[in-house]
Amino acid sequence: MRIVLYRLLAVVLPLALLEILCRNQIIKPLTLPAPSRIVLGLWAMIENGTFNAAIVKTLTNVALAFGLSVVVGIAAGAALHRARLLRTLLEPLFATYYAIPIYAFYPLFLIVFGLGDAPQVLIGFMLAVVSMIVSTLSGLDSLPPVLAKTPRVFQLGPVETIRRVTLPYAAPYLFTGVKLAIAYAFIGVIGAEFIMSSTGLGYEIRFAYDNLDNNVMYPLILLILLISVTVNMSLDRWDRALQARRGRV
Amino acid sequence: MDTPIPIHVSLRGVNRVYESKLGRTHALGPIDIDLRRGEFFAVVGPSGCGKSTLLDVIAALAPPSSGEVTFEGQPIGNTVPNGVGVVFQENASFPWLNVADNITFGLRRQPLDKAEIEKRLQYALQLMGLQDFAQAYPSQLSGGMRQRVCIARTLVMQPRLILLDEPFGALDQQTRLLMGDELLRIWRATGATVLLITHALDEAAMLADRVAVMSARPGRILEVIETGWPRERDSQIVSAPEFGQITARLWTLLRAQSMQALAPGSV
Repeated sequence: MRIVLYRLLAVVLPLALLEILCRNQIIKPLTLPAPSRIVLGLWAMIENGTFNAAIVKTLTNVALAFGLSVVVGIAAGAALHRARLLRTLLEPLFATYYAIPIYAFYPLFLIVFGLGDAPQVLIGFMLAVVSMIVSTLSGLDSLPPVLAKTPRVFQLGPVETIRRVTLPYAAPYLFTGVKLAIAYAFIGVIGAEFIMSSTGLGYEIRFAYDNLDNNVMYPLILLILLISVTVNMSLDRWDRALQARRGRV
Repeated sequence: MDTPIPIHVSLRGVNRVYESKLGRTHALGPIDIDLRRGEFFAVVGPSGCGKSTLLDVIAALAPPSSGEVTFEGQPIGNTVPNGVGVVFQENASFPWLNVADNITFGLRRQPLDKAEIEKRLQYALQLMGLQDFAQAYPSQLSGGMRQRVCIARTLVMQPRLILLDEPFGALDQQTRLLMGDELLRIWRATGATVLLITHALDEAAMLADRVAVMSARPGRILEVIETGWPRERDSQIVSAPEFGQITARLWTLLRAQSMQALAPGSV
């Protein structure tokens, strides 16, 4: 219980400090409104439904990018695990992948895919899929040879082997990939909306910034923070619950 | 007049050669042995002599390069035959399943009703002393307990031939002796034929009806020694005078082979 208290204090104390600084005009409202005002602003926004369309748009694109990256990532990871040569070829790419500023390709995506949702989803997907591939590979790599032999002793076919042994074994590794993939999907989609898009939360934040509209910009930033923290924390909880079942924690 | 003892497993001219980066390796053979139905047969040999390869070939986990293996009169193909159970040296329990689900892993895909599965599970839990751990996960168990789970998982399938690849190799000496006792009890209770691969001479001498001694690579059978133990026996026979003689005989045969296996340039 004490640790929960400390964690709460670690969030509340800096916020309180910020609140005091803002209220005393040491931090000007043009730079940052008081945290309490940001929260109230967000509340009003949700009540009025001003940005519902933008929220739905962003969450849909994130879900698309995330879903695609999980399915493609696991399939590609499993295929690469078997194709030794191709894997050797691609491994340096995976190692340096996150050093590539993927947004640099955004104009190219625009030209190829137009102004719709595709470029945003594609960037989210491209960021997320590699973490999913890498996690799948490390999960499959770590399968002990004896657990690869055991299904044969029980006369399991290839599909049953994957369903009853390989996937359950690799699940914790896949879960790590899933957690990263969802974070990358958020970063990819919202980032893309920021740069060149006419919809979504990222676009609304930039629009508010261009118009010096702090009363919209900060509540939206808070909203994004809340969504990504909530999603990741719930996934983390779920992961811990699964791990605890295996008695690993 | 003696009635002929039925042959359960038969190997004729079995060789195993495999290709690797280092070139062709003749791992095993030629091997000719017959396992009698219901006997406890042990194989000892110097490290790297192909003991485990021999087990893999009999289990159809690795195909022989030449020669033939028959199980119950049928030549084996490239899938593990029905009625054959294998226990490995490494921990092969599934970490995401609890003990009960681990044990019934193979049973659940058989056309058996729930009551039958439950009956066999309870029997195996009882036999292996795991009654209090049915809901525990492997990570909560000791190495010896995990190996019991793997043995139980094999036993519930009611195999007629049990292949054990150094099943106690990772356990301490006391646990090994006790597990040996349990293995003897299981062997008597099930009536199965048991093939035990081991590097421990005392283990082989204590448990088996017959012990085959293998040569350094390529592994061949140098000699098969009859221990002459009664079927009712336990680890206390280690104090019998014959035990010392058998172990000494095994060591005499193995010593030269082990030195050859360790000699520089042999690996």
